[in-house]
Amino acid sequence: MAEISVKINGQEVQIEKGKTLLQACEELGIDVPTLCYHPRVAIEGACRLCMVEDKKSGQLIASCTLEADDGMEIETESPRVVEARKLVLDLLLASHDVDCFACERNGDCRLQDYSYRYGIERTAFPGERREFPIDNQNPFFERDYNRCIQCGLCVRACHEIPQAGAIDFANRGFSSEIATPFNVPLEDSTCVFCGMCVELCPVGALVPRLDRFTGRPWEIEKVRTTCAYCGVGCQIELNVNEDRVVGISGYGESEPNYGDLCVKGKFGWDYIHHPERLTAPLVRKEGKLVPTSWEEALDYTARKFKEIKEEHGGDALGGLTSAKCTNEENYLFQKFVRAALATHNVDHCARL
Amino acid sequence: MTNSVAEIEKAPVIFIIGSNTTEAHPVISYRVKKAAREGSKIIVADPRRIELAEYADIWMQHRPGTDVALLNGLIHIILKENLWDRKFVEERTEGFSELEKAVSKFTPELVSQITGVPTEQLTEAARIYSTADAASILYAMGITQHVSGTDNVLTLANLAMLTGNLGKPNAGVNPLRGQNNVQGACDMGGLPNVYPGYQKVDDPAVAAKFAESWGNVPGNEPGLTMMEMMEAAEKGDIKALYIMGENPVLSEPDSTHSKENLSALDFLVVQDIFLSETAELADVVLPGVSFAEKEGTFTNTERRVQRVRQGIRPLEGAMGDWKITLELAKRMGYDWKYNSPEEIFNEMAALTPSYAGIDYDRIEKQGLQWPCPDKNHPGTRYLHQGKFPRGKGKFHGIDFIPPAELPDEEYPFLLTTGRKLTHYHTGTLSRRSSGLSTIDPEEMVEINPKDAEALGLEEGDKMLIASRRGEVTARAKPTERVPEKMIFMTFHFSESAANVLTNPVLDPVAKIPEFKVCGVKIKKDE
Repeated sequence: MAEISVKINGQEVQIEKGKTLLQACEELGIDVPTLCYHPRVAIEGACRLCMVEDKKSGQLIASCTLEADDGMEIETESPRVVEARKLVLDLLLASHDVDCFACERNGDCRLQDYSYRYGIERTAFPGERREFPIDNQNPFFERDYNRCIQCGLCVRACHEIPQAGAIDFANRGFSSEIATPFNVPLEDSTCVFCGMCVELCPVGALVPRLDRFTGRPWEIEKVRTTCAYCGVGCQIELNVNEDRVVGISGYGESEPNYGDLCVKGKFGWDYIHHPERLTAPLVRKEGKLVPTSWEEALDYTARKFKEIKEEHGGDALGGLTSAKCTNEENYLFQKFVRAALATHNVDHCARL
Repeated sequence: MTNSVAEIEKAPVIFIIGSNTTEAHPVISYRVKKAAREGSKIIVADPRRIELAEYADIWMQHRPGTDVALLNGLIHIILKENLWDRKFVEERTEGFSELEKAVSKFTPELVSQITGVPTEQLTEAARIYSTADAASILYAMGITQHVSGTDNVLTLANLAMLTGNLGKPNAGVNPLRGQNNVQGACDMGGLPNVYPGYQKVDDPAVAAKFAESWGNVPGNEPGLTMMEMMEAAEKGDIKALYIMGENPVLSEPDSTHSKENLSALDFLVVQDIFLSETAELADVVLPGVSFAEKEGTFTNTERRVQRVRQGIRPLEGAMGDWKITLELAKRMGYDWKYNSPEEIFNEMAALTPSYAGIDYDRIEKQGLQWPCPDKNHPGTRYLHQGKFPRGKGKFHGIDFIPPAELPDEEYPFLLTTGRKLTHYHTGTLSRRSSGLSTIDPEEMVEINPKDAEALGLEEGDKMLIASRRGEVTARAKPTERVPEKMIFMTFHFSESAANVLTNPVLDPVAKIPEFKVCGVKIKKDE
């Protein structure tokens, strides 16, 4: 692969030809602010926040869209760059609901972080603002377009990942908004509720309903694991607060899904804390299943297994292991059936 | 899968048969759609107009259960037009003449007659598939849940071998496994004929190895499959069953009968996180934990062994599933010592050659794909490179046999079953998820609008569906997705349990029931 050389903030770096300036900055560990950029979807160059200064031409250029060229000299935080970014943020804040304390993304919001970084207290453009009703008709996530910055990540996620094409930009200029065709409710659109728009939204405009008021971003511990629905094995993160699962996000850095999810993986987790979860062993007494202690349930079960094995032989017993349980549990289960119950009668619903 | 998920989007041709990928394996469908957008050719064979049909260059709407005829038809054309991979066939396979003989009668005209697919489509599909640099076959239960399930899979293997589409990247024969760890449950020896790693129970050397590690093992005779255990329960040959995290009452065909069989047992133990339809029949119910409460590994559809990590403590009163089994073993006199799932994994890996190189440290960041025979092995992206496990790939001459129960005068509709996007398996989990159960609260039976009109059914009307096994009611959803005289139901909803209707006839080899075809009659439920 051909390499080229660029100078960024006075530092020389060799990068692969074809990479963008933003990628070159990333390689050097230079933090260039972005709002409309996400590695999972196509580059759009919409927010203009990633502007950097080309020393030779004196131009401000969007680093996410421009391919690095040999011999370029770039400044990422020059006074002109900073001034331009401040204006971009100021304009975004002019039509953003800065009610951060009620926002789920408070503390995990790039708009908030960058405004702080560049010292913007409030917008210099107070004026007419558009008010959107909060849409919480669908059971999965809330849409509050008063917080939307129109970066378009949700639109690209929708068109490129599930290719559902349920939402897009509607109207022009001041009136532009993210909408379904003819503004029908999402449930009546082609939306498949994969939640990729929610995953990529850099602000608090799209928020899972189940996650609301269950913990601030800094209180939430992320535990990487594997989704327990279908066989794809998507890598996910359990969002945990106070020993409860309060949400699920995609894990972006690994095969097989690189952050992609579907409706079940993203939103179908709340069975974990369902009130019908069994929390005591049950034993049938006089025809009815009644709660009992673990000691009694385990003793009784083992005694019955032993009796039947002794009286009729191991082949009078059998076990169904589980395509939902772990490898370790399956291994132990079949070992139990084979060694302890003394039979090869072990199977599971692989065929179903 | 012979190949990997990451290879799908790079495949120049993707042939999807018997898989409604967008609903059953959504994230894999994203890869198919991406490939389609970037110019790959997509061939879909499905009796229903599934979503991927809209992305397909060719959608063959074959009649349910006619897969062998369809595939033999494609092979016939590939042979006739000399589009096969002579080098691969000569070097890597045997039994070619058997294949030639078996497909000779499957002329496009005959195949078209059997399957309903126009001959031009057959020719075009055969040419696209066979002339690609690499072509990937994706299939799921639409291929396997037939009396001819094994035949269907063997015919797919014939097609792939004939065109050299095995043992190389972006190709292969790729079953999409339906459950998070169905691959792992098989790998771990959750089958009556094999120990972990598919080591046969009737191989004395294997038995000796496990006997040495475990202390004792049963004889060398394979045990009973699930369906056979059910029958044995009815006869009284099986007295007790221990069921962990399965719900056969809803997932087995002919549920009414399964329920009777389970009720005939002297002793039924069910380990689950909810009181499932099966647990309701139990003598003892042991509360296990959800995936969020446990450490361990799952093996996905591409053979990738990935970590499961505990995010929360087990719910008060519930117990980790491995601990329950261990406690039972102890009480039966087997004092196995494990302090963690990791120790169980390591014992398993030491006895299982395909997992021997895998440990928790190695899969900390990213899972490894088996076979991974030693600690330096990088795992296996695609199988059968250079050679097949048996040496040469064997062609099987397969004839077409129709489904066991086709519609007739009394039961004039064909019922096929499967999954939908918003629910999962028997619904034990997804129906207890608030969002999923709100958006899809009940069964909506897909029926062609013409049939619906003839029966006076409008969307949401209750209909009574009956087969030779039983009857259920469910609401109608008229849609062009299904052809005339065919209806589609899921098995997610216990109150409209499709498996009350399905036919318990089995594929003779794989013992898989024919969920995809049976005859039913329908009327409006007034």
